[in-house]
Amino acid sequence: MSRLYMARNPRVAARSLDGEMMIMSGRDSTLFTLNKTATILWQAADGATPLDEIVEHKICPEFDVEPATALHDAETLARELARHEILQVSERPIPPRNSASGESR
Amino acid sequence: MPELTIELERLGVVIEIGRMPVRVNTADPGFLAMLQDRYAGFVGDSDEPEIEFDVELVPQGSPNPDDLCVTQHRGRWCLTRGDFRAEWEPASRRGWIRQSANPYSIDAILRILHTLVLAREGGFLMHSASAIRNGKAFLFAGVSGAGKTTISRLAPPDATLLTDEISYVRKQDAGYVAFGTPFTGELAKLGENVSAPVAALYLLAQGPENRIDPLAAGEAARSLLANVLFFAEDEELVRSAFYSAFEFVSRVPVSRLTFVPDTRVWELIR
Repeated sequence: MSRLYMARNPRVAARSLDGEMMIMSGRDSTLFTLNKTATILWQAADGATPLDEIVEHKICPEFDVEPATALHDAETLARELARHEILQVSERPIPPRNSASGESR
Repeated sequence: MPELTIELERLGVVIEIGRMPVRVNTADPGFLAMLQDRYAGFVGDSDEPEIEFDVELVPQGSPNPDDLCVTQHRGRWCLTRGDFRAEWEPASRRGWIRQSANPYSIDAILRILHTLVLAREGGFLMHSASAIRNGKAFLFAGVSGAGKTTISRLAPPDATLLTDEISYVRKQDAGYVAFGTPFTGELAKLGENVSAPVAALYLLAQGPENRIDPLAAGEAARSLLANVLFFAEDEELVRSAFYSAFEFVSRVPVSRLTFVPDTRVWELIR
């Protein structure tokens, strides 16, 4: 089974406020507010940790959900975030890019 | 025999909004008079403008707000819309404008220019009315129909109206200062060219009673971002505007102001 890796898109601006993660696309100024699961994915998206490990260690302990279901839902969500250019996803580890602007403050 | 020289008279007006003097040069006395009239109260006399534009008047184009394009390339901003084209180079503080002799094109250019300058320093223009009362500035934000004009019209005599449509906010020291603007809405009345520290931002909603409900920080930031004017297709400036909104809501109280459209609402705003 192939593994999925995620990295934050450095071209977005992100800020967490009172537990809400808000992200703005630098390309078209669209503002996104992430739900709890999407926030966990965003925060764990270091390009090196595979999604299945993130699900096992960060999502399953947080939600009462079967690991297989959680992984399926998380992958769907990660691809959705990638479609909005919030995350990058790849079946290989993603090396860090030289930009600080996409980091959450 | 002395050399014959012809010197064209250089006409110009300094339009000073938010303490930022912008000189607009034109060879057309009629256009100059129109600018002086349009920006009465905001005409300054600075010899060292922050930005200087030369205006070339051309036949009328077709204004369509949807075709606006604001881009930056190699340190030069390019602003285009059906009714104008302008370029501005921040490094040289010079630019040019091509438009017909109308007040609307240059008004749009000035709004865009100020958003670009303010974004770099943590300030912004926003869709909101604003007024000064007891030495403090209050902002009233909302989409069209939310009540910006109504709250402005209801302002008591001791309140100084800064604008009924577009507020001008600059970051200063640990807080923010709101300035008057000539950018008008339905009230069609120029704001006063004065300023005061921002004490509160209210998001307007009309309802059965007058009340103020503080907003959670996340909702405050979202609402602020929804009302900030931003035109540029520029990632760096988008990020600046985003972080500026969070900075603002961390320093200025943001609340929902529900109001009955009569003068009693101003009893809550002091």
